[in-house]
Amino acid sequence: MTLLILRRFIGFILTLLAISAAVFFVMNVLPGDPAMVILGIDSTDDARAALREQLGLNAPVIWRYFQWLGDAVQGDFGTSYSFRVPVAGLIAERLPMTLALAGLATGLTVVLALVLGVYAATHHGRAGDWAVMAFSQLGIAIPAFWLSMLLVILFAVTLRWLPPGGFPGWDDPVAALRALILPATALALVQSAVLARVTRSAMLEVMRQTYVRTATATGLSPARVMWRHALPNALVPIVTIIGMQVANLVTGTIVIENVFYLPGLGRLVFQAISNRDLITVQAMVTLFAAIVVTANFIVDLAYLWIDPRLRSRQ
Amino acid sequence: MNAFRTVALAAFCLAAAPALAETTLSIGMQQEPTSLDPTADATASIDGMLVLNVYETLTAVNEPGEVLPGLAKSWTVSPDGLVYDFALHSGVTFHDGTTFDATDVKFSFDRAMAENSVNPSKSIWAPIASVEVIAPDAIRITLKQMDGFFLFNLAQGDASIVAPESADNNATKPTGTGPFAFAGWTRGDRVVLTKNPAWRDAATVSIDRVEFRFISEPAAAAAAMLSEEIDAFPGFPAPEMLVQFEADPRFNVVVGSTEGEVILAMNNSAEHLKDIRVRRAISHAIDRAAIIDGAMYGKAQPIGSFFPPHHVSYVDLTGVYPHDVAKAKALLAEAGVTAPELLLRVPPFPYATRSAEIIQGQLADAGITVKIENVEWGFWLDEVFKKKSYDLSIIAHTSPNDLGNFARGPDYFYGYDNPEFTKLWDAIKFEADPVKRDALLKDAQRMVTDQAVHGFLFQLPKLGVYRKGVTGFWDSSPVLYQPLANVAKVN
Repeated sequence: MTLLILRRFIGFILTLLAISAAVFFVMNVLPGDPAMVILGIDSTDDARAALREQLGLNAPVIWRYFQWLGDAVQGDFGTSYSFRVPVAGLIAERLPMTLALAGLATGLTVVLALVLGVYAATHHGRAGDWAVMAFSQLGIAIPAFWLSMLLVILFAVTLRWLPPGGFPGWDDPVAALRALILPATALALVQSAVLARVTRSAMLEVMRQTYVRTATATGLSPARVMWRHALPNALVPIVTIIGMQVANLVTGTIVIENVFYLPGLGRLVFQAISNRDLITVQAMVTLFAAIVVTANFIVDLAYLWIDPRLRSRQ
Repeated sequence: MNAFRTVALAAFCLAAAPALAETTLSIGMQQEPTSLDPTADATASIDGMLVLNVYETLTAVNEPGEVLPGLAKSWTVSPDGLVYDFALHSGVTFHDGTTFDATDVKFSFDRAMAENSVNPSKSIWAPIASVEVIAPDAIRITLKQMDGFFLFNLAQGDASIVAPESADNNATKPTGTGPFAFAGWTRGDRVVLTKNPAWRDAATVSIDRVEFRFISEPAAAAAAMLSEEIDAFPGFPAPEMLVQFEADPRFNVVVGSTEGEVILAMNNSAEHLKDIRVRRAISHAIDRAAIIDGAMYGKAQPIGSFFPPHHVSYVDLTGVYPHDVAKAKALLAEAGVTAPELLLRVPPFPYATRSAEIIQGQLADAGITVKIENVEWGFWLDEVFKKKSYDLSIIAHTSPNDLGNFARGPDYFYGYDNPEFTKLWDAIKFEADPVKRDALLKDAQRMVTDQAVHGFLFQLPKLGVYRKGVTGFWDSSPVLYQPLANVAKVN
C-alpha cells in the first residue's frame, strides 16, 4: 500500500515536470509576442522593447524555465504578464467556483448515470431500457455548448426560473447555487450519457453471475439484490470511467464557463492563452494536470476499496 | 472589495437625498481587459469602460468627433501652431482625494514620453518639444512641428491624466478625476463603478452605480439581454440576432458607425500583389453587397477607400471598382498571372471569419485560388502584422485618423511604399486651414483607392441593443470610449 502510494507520488512529480516543460517550450515557439498583444498595433518598437524588459522576456528560454521551476517549487508561481498580479492569487480567486461547478456536475453525473444505468439493466430489452439507451445516444451526440443554449433559452429566457449566466459570488450561497445549476446540468447530462451506458453494460454482466442468482434464491428483494450484491461488483469499470471523465470535465468547463460567463479557471486559461500570458498558462496547465493525475490516483485507491481481492494482492 | 463598495455606497447615501432609490445600470461588454490602465495597455474595452468615466483627458471628443474641453476648460494656440496654452479646471480631485493640478498633467505626459514608457500610442507625444507648468491651473505645451491632430489625440485614453500617487496601481485600481469612481473588479465577471459626488457636474449624472458584465459568447449575450439581466449592450456581438430584438417591444436597437474600416488587406510586397493590375483585379472581383449581406446581415455601410463615411471629408469611391468578374479576369491576364494561389490569414473576429469564405468564393469566380487559414490573435500579430507573412487578410482598423497608415513605409504590414502619399499625409498633418485640409484628405482617399492598395469592404457598424428607458448612449463612436455621465435609465 505504502509502496503503491510512493510509486504513484513519484510518477505524479515526473508527470508534472514533463508537462510544465512541454508547455513552456511549446508556448515559446508559438508565434506571438506578449508585448505586442498588450500594446497593440499602434505601439512603437521602443515601447514594446521597454515592456519586454519589464516582463523579463529578454532572458533565454531555458534560463526562464529553470527560474520559473525554482520559484514554483517554493510556491511562487510568478506574476502574470497581462494581469500584473501574482498568478497564485489569480488562480485562487477562481478555483472555488470551478471546483464547485465540477463537483456539482460530477455529483449529478454519478447519481443520474447510476439510476439510469441500473434501471436500464433491470429492464433489459423493455421500453425503459430503450428510452435510457436513446437518451444516452442523444447525450453523447449533442455538444455541451448547444445543450447549454437550449437550457438557457428554456429556463432563463422563457421560464425565468434561473439566471442565464454570471456568478454573484459566495456571499449569497443560494444565489451562487442557482447560478451553477444550469452549467452543472449541461455538463452532467453529456457526461452521464456515457456513464449510464457503462453502468448498464457492467450491471448486465454482473447480473449473469451465479452469486446474483444465489442472492435472489435466498429470498432477498430484487432491489436489495441489485444495490447490495450486483452494483458493488459492477463498480470497477464505472469508477474507471468516472476517473477518465474528470479530464473531460476540466476541458468541459472551458466551454461551459464561456457560455455561462462564469468567472472560473476555464475562462482564465482561455484568456491567458490569447494574451500569450505564458506564466499564467504554465501554472494553470500544471494545475489541470495535477487534478487529472490526482483523480486517477483516487480511482486507483478506490479499486482497492471496491475490490478486496486487489488489497490482498498488494 | 465588499467593504470598499459599502463605504462608497455609504458615502453616496450621505450625499444624496435619503429617499432616492439607487439607479444601477448594467452594461454588457464582449471583451474583458486584463488591466485597467489605458496608458499601458491597448485593449479597447479599457477605454470603453473607463475613459471619460473614471479617467479624464485634457480635451474630450463628442459623438460627432468635435474636440471639446475636458480637464482643460479652454486653450489658446499660437499663430504658428506650435505653442498650446491650456487653462485647467481648479478644485478638481482624484478619486483617492489627492488634488489635480498642472503638475499631474506634466507627470502624465512626461511618463508617456519617457524612454522606458510602455504607452501603446507613444506617437501622440512625438511632436512635443516641452511641457511646462505655468501655474497650478495653467500648462504650456510646445511642439517641435505643427500637428493638426494634436488636440484630438490628447482626448484619447492613452493620454489620460493620472496622478503620481496612484499611477502605478492603475492596472488593478484605476484612479482618475471623472464622474464615476472605480469600486471593484471581479475578474472574469464584472467591473463596478459608483458615482463620484465630487465631480464638477455631478448634478447632471443620474446613474449611481454602473456594472460592466463580461459576456464574450454572442449567444450568451443575446440570452442575457432577453432575460433582462443586462440593460445595455453597446457593442452587441450577434448581428444575426438583431431582427429578433427589433421585433421585441422591450428593446431599442441602434445601428451606428465606428471608426473601423474593414479591409481585405493585401501584402503589396508579396509576389503577385506587387502588381497593381492584380490588386485591381481583386478589387473588381469583390462583391461588397454580398459580403455585407452574408457576413454582417446587411448591417454595414460599404466603403470604397480607407475613410469613415460619417466623416465630413468623406468622398464616396465605392463605384471605382464595380463588381465585374470579366474585368478582373482581363486584368489578371494582362498582368500575365494565371491561376494564382493566395494565402488568406484570418484573425479570430466574427466580421473577418464570416467574410473570409464569401471572399474566397468571389475570388474563385475570377480564377484566383484562396487558401483560408484561421489564426488566433497572437499569431496574427506576429506572423501577419510583424513579419508580413501573408498575401491577404481581413482586418478592421479602428483608430481614428488612421489614413496615415499608408505613410508608414514598406516595413508596415501593408508593404506599401509610396513617397508621394507620405508627402501628402505630411501636408495634411501640417495644414491648419480646414478647407485646404478637406481637399487634401479627399486627395489622399482617392490616391489609396486608385492604387488599389487593399480591397475596401465596409465600415464596422456599432450595433447597440438597449432596454427601453435607457437613453444617452452614443449611436456612433468617433473614439473608443463611451461617456456615461449623460446616460439615464427609467424603469
